[in-house]
Amino acid sequence: MSSVAVIDYGMGNLHSIAKALQHAAPQVDVQIVSDPELILKADRVVFPGVGAMRDCMQALNETHLAEVIKEVAKSKPLLGICLGMQALLTDSEENGSTQGLNILPGHVMRFSDSLVDAQGNNLKIPHMGWNQVQFLSHPLWNNIPQASRFYFVHSYYAAPNDRSLVAATTDYPTAFACALAQDNVFAVQFHPEKSQAVGLQLLSNFLHWDGQV
Amino acid sequence: MSLAKRIIPCLDVANGRVVKGVQFVDIRDAGDPVEVARRYDREGADEITFLDITATHDNRDTMVHVVEQVASEVFIPLTVGGGIRTLEDIRRMLNAGADKVGINSAAVFNPEFVREAAQRFGSQCIVVAIDAKKVSAEGEVNRWEIFTHGGRKATGIDAIEWAKKMVEYGAGEILLTSMDRDGTREGFDLLLTRTISEAVNVPVIASGGVGNLDHLAAGVLEGKADAVLAASIFHFAEYTIQEAKEHMAAQGIEMRL
Repeated sequence: MSSVAVIDYGMGNLHSIAKALQHAAPQVDVQIVSDPELILKADRVVFPGVGAMRDCMQALNETHLAEVIKEVAKSKPLLGICLGMQALLTDSEENGSTQGLNILPGHVMRFSDSLVDAQGNNLKIPHMGWNQVQFLSHPLWNNIPQASRFYFVHSYYAAPNDRSLVAATTDYPTAFACALAQDNVFAVQFHPEKSQAVGLQLLSNFLHWDGQV
Repeated sequence: MSLAKRIIPCLDVANGRVVKGVQFVDIRDAGDPVEVARRYDREGADEITFLDITATHDNRDTMVHVVEQVASEVFIPLTVGGGIRTLEDIRRMLNAGADKVGINSAAVFNPEFVREAAQRFGSQCIVVAIDAKKVSAEGEVNRWEIFTHGGRKATGIDAIEWAKKMVEYGAGEILLTSMDRDGTREGFDLLLTRTISEAVNVPVIASGGVGNLDHLAAGVLEGKADAVLAASIFHFAEYTIQEAKEHMAAQGIEMRL
């Protein structure tokens, strides 16, 4: 039986992500864990997160899980979700300037307050709701129709230094990177655990992924 | 390509049971929140909101259990409102699997609660529910006030100023209910909705008064709402959510179909 560790570092609710993983692949052993040893032993690792970047990094540093995640990123399939994606970058504009894990080189920026859509209406922040995802070829998109809608809720977005890391984009109102991929690391800004059928498919793909592109 | 407008069915739950007559003939137990949520999920609901109208505090544990059960099977965003008064209430609901909580009267009594909640849990999960009622007379400049106790008690607080203040305090979304329209089936108060939606930069959910599918579309097109919430038109199976979405899309609104 393969196993997946959902990293628990005290930031928010892990119930939904664990239930969604279990639903996506009933035969997989899903564990919510904070013990570094158990995380390093799992076949795959999910790094979720909601809330503010500074709190997230503080929790990761205090629990020494920052090092564990860096270790995982070198060796096995890792899925970062939402703030868990943003924390993989070099730094974030949130809370002044916050250092990230620097696994994916790049920055996290805030959406501008003065964005308008094609009709001239002000775009709301957070970017909240179901938006379309345009993806490039990657095993995690298997069996997902191009331009499917996933559920987003965020005010900051990832801007990688190297465009070749971009695995998908979403328009709000211009294109931003909503998914990044680098070797065995995959990260999404949206919430697959809240994106109904397409979200469960992505989680299932992750749980069957060998980390190869 | 752009962000879709959302349709959110709202369920009133008391002591763990759906109340106010959900009338589906094809589900076994129309009072079971899990079954009803599952049905709305299948129909394409973009989110589901539960309003806990449980009278006693003891029975709130039941709501936590409901959220846990729904969140184990339905993988779309869930919001829980009603009786959220403390940080502990919020923590319990989020841990049970809710994605957002709706704060209503507790915000009116103590606005700082919204600030604390947003700081602790993040603005993304804090929805401030505003019950507004028109207080200006015919011919006067429009003015809406916040009401509590189901629209019975005036507070003297201007609704637009209140919405702005709540966003400043950290609300990530506004659930705006017109108490003049709630239950009338005459449609949203579009002027109120538009005024608030243009006054704040967070998403606004229009609520109160939906009687047909054109009302939903008008909430977005004229009211500039980011999402529309309705109860009875879906509960009584007059329309499915899928039909509502198709109707809105046919009017040029971006929807998740």
